[in-house]
Amino acid sequence: MANKISDETIEYVGILAKLELSDEEKEEAKADMEKMLDYIDTLNELDTTGIEPMSHVFPVNNVFREDVVTNGDGREETLENAPQRKEDSFEVPRTIG
Amino acid sequence: MKILELTALELSEKIKAGEIKVKDAVKAALDRAKEAEPAINSYVTLDEEGAYAQAEEVQKKIDAGELTGPLAGVPVAIKDNMCIKGQLTTCSSRILSGFRPTYTAQAVENLRKAGAVILGKTNMDEFAMGSTTETSYYGPTRNPHNTEHVPGGSSGGSCAAVAAGECFGALGSDTGGSIRQPSSFCGVVGLKPTYGTVSRYGLIAYGSSLDQIGPVAKDVSDCAAFLEAIASHDPKDSTSVERKDCDFMSALTEDVKGLKIGIPGDYIGEGLDPEVRQAVQDAAKVLEEKGASVETFDLGLVKYAIPAYYTIASAEASSNLERFDGVKYGYRTENYEGLHNMYKKTRSEGFGPEVKRRIMLGSFVLSSGYYDAYYLKALRTKALIKKEFDKAFEKYDLILGPAAPTTAPKLGESLSDPLKMYLGDIYTISVNLAGLPGMTIPVGKDKEGLPIGMQLIGNAFDEKTLIRAAYTYECATGKQYEKMADIRAAMETGKEVG
Repeated sequence: MANKISDETIEYVGILAKLELSDEEKEEAKADMEKMLDYIDTLNELDTTGIEPMSHVFPVNNVFREDVVTNGDGREETLENAPQRKEDSFEVPRTIG
Repeated sequence: MKILELTALELSEKIKAGEIKVKDAVKAALDRAKEAEPAINSYVTLDEEGAYAQAEEVQKKIDAGELTGPLAGVPVAIKDNMCIKGQLTTCSSRILSGFRPTYTAQAVENLRKAGAVILGKTNMDEFAMGSTTETSYYGPTRNPHNTEHVPGGSSGGSCAAVAAGECFGALGSDTGGSIRQPSSFCGVVGLKPTYGTVSRYGLIAYGSSLDQIGPVAKDVSDCAAFLEAIASHDPKDSTSVERKDCDFMSALTEDVKGLKIGIPGDYIGEGLDPEVRQAVQDAAKVLEEKGASVETFDLGLVKYAIPAYYTIASAEASSNLERFDGVKYGYRTENYEGLHNMYKKTRSEGFGPEVKRRIMLGSFVLSSGYYDAYYLKALRTKALIKKEFDKAFEKYDLILGPAAPTTAPKLGESLSDPLKMYLGDIYTISVNLAGLPGMTIPVGKDKEGLPIGMQLIGNAFDEKTLIRAAYTYECATGKQYEKMADIRAAMETGKEVG
């Protein structure tokens, strides 16, 4: 069955993905996604009843360790990467009125 | 003496014997890079000054007898998705403009401890998403065997740098074939280890459950040495596996007697270029003559690997790439109104089309209402694919096939139809889903002189069988397809075609 991505869906995906798309990009994204989903739908040919979803191929257990600091103070190096900084903080636009 | 023609192991021997200075090896590689880079563009960053400083330090340690390992003094390159403290790390994306990590990836740290000298960071598809190294913000890398063609991807810079002699070995990363396919296109040896063998600490994530760092090398022996150097159990990567069998160089033996090799019928059937098929079958025959048994078998579910992979990898990518928001590092848009608008504009301007495509697909398959139908369905398919491999390895010691359906395509031919490009991953992708080791070695050239690679797939934790078979093949064929690319000829051919 051919997938159809509506304007609302692509708008919603844009919100989830935090991407701003031009009208042209939206149309392209719709076409690309429809094509990909049609292709992904071939998985429906497979009977997966009773098969557990496999996140990891090997048994993975929680890996615990003591919460001990091993690295030094990297504050200055970290802040040097800031696109905008104010003293010892990352500067961002005002978020609360 | 032609330093560039030495393998990493040969070079290190000569350095330790005092015949070559580390700084001369570094100079040879950097000179070569200066000559090749205008045409090939393997590197995003070449760190000339840093390389000479490391060379001096490493030389001192060698002279003092502190560094005696097989890779001491060897100049290498690192794919630009691995962090090196203080050094530009871009993932070939605009969004990481100016980012200088505050820590170094464990695999890189391990290489340093082994005495390798890091020359620079290599070009890649943006965030490792692509099969051609054309989606890089820093321009495409070209194939050193013919500059009209792509080197493959996403570790195209690492593979091209090794093929062109711009380094003596490199690290790549492989999420769906990103070491094995470009190794095949560039005529070098590349290995994706079993998931968990090499620490992912400091590797900028694409699809975390599939990503694995591995070596790209001039020959099989170098490849084994690099893998041995970088493999380690790392408490900083919770999926890191504690292995006691990381002495991969011990597998460099010429012996495949009694080895049972299976070729999946679907790997040599429809869609495979006849010249690639012929070269791979000839290579299988070489192993057969050396005492292995080779037969074709039905692997099953081959065609479901790509849709399952793109669902899982895109889902993980959409989550992993949420962190790039223009707040703490990298690119931030110039004009914005408020926080959310800043996020959106930064990401829209900072990511290229292929990355956006996968983030959107991933966001969609993880969204409420579609999660079960797409994401969980793909994870269930993954379980079935793993079972197919388990069945195959009850019968065979290793699986043999091509790494890609064709040799390297020309630049500009792949990106217009993403789905068609994804289909090129057919032989490599299921290996990542099943967490298995896979290796590519050069086994021929097509009529245009472009390299053809053979892929060997092993059972989990059985890299040694891959290395042993690859080494046996190499010994039997005299490394005839592993010669360094003649970049001057490649540029000439490129010009004529262009």
